[in-house]
Amino acid sequence: MLGLGADRLWADMNRLLAFLFHQGVLDEQFLQLQQLQDESSPNFVSEVVNIYFHESEKLLRNLRSLLMDRELLDYKKMGIHVNQLMGSSSSIGANRVRNVCVAFRAATDQNNRAGCLRALEMLEHEYCYLKNKLHELFQIEQERALAAGVRYPLQN
Amino acid sequence: MEEGESCSARRELTALVVDDQEVLRRIHGRLLKDVGVSHVEAARNGKEAIDIHRGGQSFDLILMDLDMPVMNGIQATRGLRAMGVRSKIAGVSARNEGEGVKEFQEAGLDLLFPKPLTTLHLSSLVTQIKPL
Repeated sequence: MLGLGADRLWADMNRLLAFLFHQGVLDEQFLQLQQLQDESSPNFVSEVVNIYFHESEKLLRNLRSLLMDRELLDYKKMGIHVNQLMGSSSSIGANRVRNVCVAFRAATDQNNRAGCLRALEMLEHEYCYLKNKLHELFQIEQERALAAGVRYPLQN
Repeated sequence: MEEGESCSARRELTALVVDDQEVLRRIHGRLLKDVGVSHVEAARNGKEAIDIHRGGQSFDLILMDLDMPVMNGIQATRGLRAMGVRSKIAGVSARNEGEGVKEFQEAGLDLLFPKPLTTLHLSSLVTQIKPL
């Protein structure tokens, strides 16, 4: 009976992953990340993704702060932050976040403030969605690991 | 051991990952280990990379990001080549062609990869490198 819990959670995890791939939220780079996880680094994916969240939120705050400066809009600096976010997002397989970064970068290249604002709002939305879904995925993974851990009761 | 056979084991490859983003230092470091680079160190910007070399260390391969604070990849690559560093330097960038990328290549890169870096990129690169 306990084994069924772990199996059901495994199915939930795969269903969520398939959904995220189908929606384009994640791409094959996320699979590469998973392939890098092994016994020597069993929490590699969650560790790396948590670092990504921490660094991305800093970049998003910087971008918002740069855009709110009505006197001097530093498009070059914004472009650098967007490139950084694009690089890290593509490296973890955050496909939709990466795509919005491409549009944002085009707006900074054109010195288009309205375009940058729109892109930033979309970016914040996509980032929040990604973060919620990945937290959900890691939560299921944790529960599955716990359930699998009590699968075989001790025998006298 | 047979006559003529080398007594020392083939030296394993070493690499330096230069990137201001920790997420990328972690991923690129892990990718390098996955393709058989046994010793990987990291630097957070170009200045740290140069200081590491001034301290006497050398690497078979350097993965150099372009956009970094303090000292960017262009300045760091130029600086390392001016110091006589002969390591294979592979630039890694999310930028499109033409946005300083040409200047990056002309600074002394051996090759340039777009982000995201993959196992495929690195495994073909590593087979080309002979230990210094």
